[in-house]
Amino acid sequence: MTALQPISANHNQPMYRSEEKEFITMQIGDYYFGIPVLVVQDVLRSHKIMKIPLTPSMVAGSLNLRGRIVTAIDMRKRMGMSSFEDLNKPMHVVVSYRDELFSLLVDKVGDVMSLEMNQFEKTPSNLQNEWREMAAGVFKLDGKLLIILDVSGIIGI
Amino acid sequence: MDDLIGEFITETSESLAVLDMELVKFEQNPNDTAILSNIFRLVHTIKGTCGFLGLPRLEHVAHAAENVLGRVRDKELDVTPGRISIVLESLDHIKYLVDHLAENGTEPEGSDEELINRLNATAEGKSDSEVEALGGGEGAEAASGEADSEEDSLSEKERAELEAARNEPSIEDILADMSLMADASAETAEAPAEEIVIETPAVPAAQEQPAPKKALEEEVKREAVKEGLQTGPQDQAASGGAAAANQSIRVNLGVLENLMQMVGELVLTRNQLMQIVRNRDDNELKTPLQHLSHITTELQEGIMKTRMQPIGNAWAKFPRLIRDLSIELHKKIELRMEGAETELDRQLLEMIKDPLTHMVRNSCDHGLEGPEDRRNAGKPETGTVTLSAYHEGGHIIIKIQDDGRGVNIARVSEKAVENGLATEAELAEMSDQQIAQFIFHAGFSTAAAVTSVSGRGVGMDVVRTNIEKIGGTVELTSVPGEGSTFHIKIPLTLAIVSVLIVECSGHRFAIPQINVLELVQTSDDSDHKIETINEALVLRLRGKLLPLVELSDSLQLPRKPLENKPFSDERYIVVCKVGNNEFGVIVDRIFDTEEIVVKPVSELFKNISVFSGNTILGDGSVIMILDPNGLARLTGETQGSERAHSHETVQHTGDQIVSFLLFSSGTGAPKAVPLELVSRLEEIDVDKIEFSGSQKVIQYRGDLMRLTSLEGDMNFGDRKKADVIVFTYDNKTIGLVVDTILDIVEAPLRVKRGTENEAYLGSMVIASKTTDVVDVGFLLRGMIDDLLLADLDIMGGKKRNAKIMLVEDSIFFRKLTVPLLSNVGYKVMDYPTPHEALDALRGAGEVDLIVTDIEMPGMDGFQFAERVRDDQRFDHIPIVAFTSTMNNQFSARAQQVGMSDLILKTDREALLNTIHKLLEGMKELA
Repeated sequence: MTALQPISANHNQPMYRSEEKEFITMQIGDYYFGIPVLVVQDVLRSHKIMKIPLTPSMVAGSLNLRGRIVTAIDMRKRMGMSSFEDLNKPMHVVVSYRDELFSLLVDKVGDVMSLEMNQFEKTPSNLQNEWREMAAGVFKLDGKLLIILDVSGIIGI
Repeated sequence: MDDLIGEFITETSESLAVLDMELVKFEQNPNDTAILSNIFRLVHTIKGTCGFLGLPRLEHVAHAAENVLGRVRDKELDVTPGRISIVLESLDHIKYLVDHLAENGTEPEGSDEELINRLNATAEGKSDSEVEALGGGEGAEAASGEADSEEDSLSEKERAELEAARNEPSIEDILADMSLMADASAETAEAPAEEIVIETPAVPAAQEQPAPKKALEEEVKREAVKEGLQTGPQDQAASGGAAAANQSIRVNLGVLENLMQMVGELVLTRNQLMQIVRNRDDNELKTPLQHLSHITTELQEGIMKTRMQPIGNAWAKFPRLIRDLSIELHKKIELRMEGAETELDRQLLEMIKDPLTHMVRNSCDHGLEGPEDRRNAGKPETGTVTLSAYHEGGHIIIKIQDDGRGVNIARVSEKAVENGLATEAELAEMSDQQIAQFIFHAGFSTAAAVTSVSGRGVGMDVVRTNIEKIGGTVELTSVPGEGSTFHIKIPLTLAIVSVLIVECSGHRFAIPQINVLELVQTSDDSDHKIETINEALVLRLRGKLLPLVELSDSLQLPRKPLENKPFSDERYIVVCKVGNNEFGVIVDRIFDTEEIVVKPVSELFKNISVFSGNTILGDGSVIMILDPNGLARLTGETQGSERAHSHETVQHTGDQIVSFLLFSSGTGAPKAVPLELVSRLEEIDVDKIEFSGSQKVIQYRGDLMRLTSLEGDMNFGDRKKADVIVFTYDNKTIGLVVDTILDIVEAPLRVKRGTENEAYLGSMVIASKTTDVVDVGFLLRGMIDDLLLADLDIMGGKKRNAKIMLVEDSIFFRKLTVPLLSNVGYKVMDYPTPHEALDALRGAGEVDLIVTDIEMPGMDGFQFAERVRDDQRFDHIPIVAFTSTMNNQFSARAQQVGMSDLILKTDREALLNTIHKLLEGMKELA
């Protein structure tokens, strides 16, 4: 997998300034995703994960983040791809949702990008169900599409 | 200014709580000037602060109330319930205003004139009824009264202002006072609940008052001293104690919680360090680390203590509650409180407040009788409700006891049947105490009528749910005519739990120590060995079969050998107890016990019932806490699937479902015996079998046990051990030697007769296999009855020709009893249902004695007896009840319906003796 290049926003846009929002970019499988910076608590390199039996398959286990228990979500599994085999490999994007911490396991974490909302589009209607419930929308970037993830859709509770 | 109002609200709420109690106390001791002074001072402080903060409504109400109190203090007015009530009412009103202030930051719109008028009228010395009239009065009279009092209150106000100018502290004083106690981050609205008062007793203070109140009082006194408030000479005595005041400061709860968390982190780090050092021979570090460890522990305990509060805090409102209830219910009630200083976690304290209030209300309303009834029952007119609390083994026990009429068991039973919670037969099996627990079921109110006090929505089921939510239990015991007691048992703190760490398939889990009874190590060649009954795992533990749960199966984990250890048959069993349910959990390894801080599990797996929480261990790893309740349910589920397995035979819902023990013996179909007849399963060494005459026996529990087999001669082949099913009757045991024990299944009892072998009742389909059902009665016949008969022959000889009617729905007991009776020489007619028996009785009519079972479907033994007694022809026939359990209720009912005796089913000797005696008695009469 190639290193994740910073994805720059399209600069050939009209001059009026629309509202800008910041997103953390990440790579899961061959796709690029973004999550609003505000919900992200932490980004970690590998971390010891303890597996938990009987949990849904997307749950990789839990980890101890400075005394708080964080539930790790295997984002590859969640996106319907093959799951991470070596749990030391993925990076962690720790998000806060309903007073609880979840760590999204992703292949790589990229830069924080400030994106103009006029580049934002709603999720295409032909997206598969699974993806559609997780995607808040898409940013059309130069040569790439950045899918914005919705944490509540990922966790689904 | 907002901070000041926040402080004011906190303080006033506390003062009001104290006032409630003090006023009730004062009403009982109208001559105690110290109490009155205290009350006066508190109200005065409220009024003074209101004036300063610009809260006119509060000020006016407090002022009018203070006037009444002032007149009482100056002995210009007597203390009457009416006067106390109106002061209490004004306090309630102040509470309402303060609550509104806390929520909205301003006083509510509106006027308090009606109340102030009444207070002023009271202050003027008008009688209670006049004041009452003023309150209810409308129209011109009231209007003029209003006008009058307005003028009055104006002048009062002027005077108050003058007084204030003279007596009250300067603004600087108050500000200093308040900022001293103010915490910058104090939240205005939640102020009362958001703070904790930390006390450090400076001097052993007077003991006659509960600690919380003392703290409040002392604080108030301190203020009073500071403010230089002069309220009369009698104050001096009271404020003299202020010098020895407890030193206490207010701390914002958020700060405390933070401290708690940080101490938790510290403990974890300490543990981590300890673990590192333990693995090294570095002695240099050991001493300082030990010191650190010590300090950390002490720090942790210290912080924990700050969360502890005396339970008296939760009781503070009860004196007022009881007073109001006694007026409302027209009962005389005395409240006693014992152990108010017992401490528990403040979080728990908050959570039990409401359940406690409900139970106290319940005791007053349902428990205690009115004065009339009490006098008639020979009790003192005043009923007593006693609250007590004490520590017991890491738990706190709270009791709420009343000396009232006790729970009406008959009424509860009736309700339980009505609500479909139990059948009459089931109830008959239960003890009174068990029946009383039904009041904790949802939708259960024994109050014939719903009063304004209890039975209004918040049922006892909510009480139980709330208490169970915090890991506690609640039980009710009741003695008719003497009262009832609620026993509540709750853990001291929610935060820290002792757990046992176990390993299973390479994962570690924690099991709460409170559920663990013992640990057993097993291996195939030890005394304790895991055995299987058709995939169900069991362990023989002190002669009893313990169902086992393979943890790796329950958690769907692959079984893995332990690291650096080959796969061995060595396993560990954690024997757990949940309620009355005991079971063993099979694990690979057992580690230490550890004190842990329980953290809730993620919402994502809230629905996984085997986990109750998770935590971080000393080494920093995350571990799941197993919920023994959930595991117990898993054992239940395996039973459920078995039942589903033999579903085809269960469909006939009308049939009685019976548990059978399946085994194989010799050739042919599997055999079954009803489980209710089996005492134990044992394994014997074949070479220990001895002979007594021609009879095979074995030494068993210090006695000889006869052995028998379905095959005639026992053939052990080259087996060294043999399974034996043990039956016990009349303290005599016989063992049935079998080849293998297969399973325990539930199946409907539908025996098809048809075997020729006398040893069998017939065959039936169990788990889709034809199975021969063993006639235990026949097995026993040759073995025990001859012993029994020998005894009886000495007693009475064989001169009986009496006809005995046996009514028994269980074919096994019928099969056991008929031969027993006929062997002794009685003529026995047996009927499976009371209806058939009644028909036969009416038809033939010649019966000397009836033996009947009690629990039978359709009509129970008592109802049957009543029917028999209804018919004059049969009212002389002795009826003996035959039951598998005894209790007081049974005896009472038996007597009521005219039964001669009640005998345990297993006590066959007693049955024979009783029948013998009854029949002899009849002869004498004739």
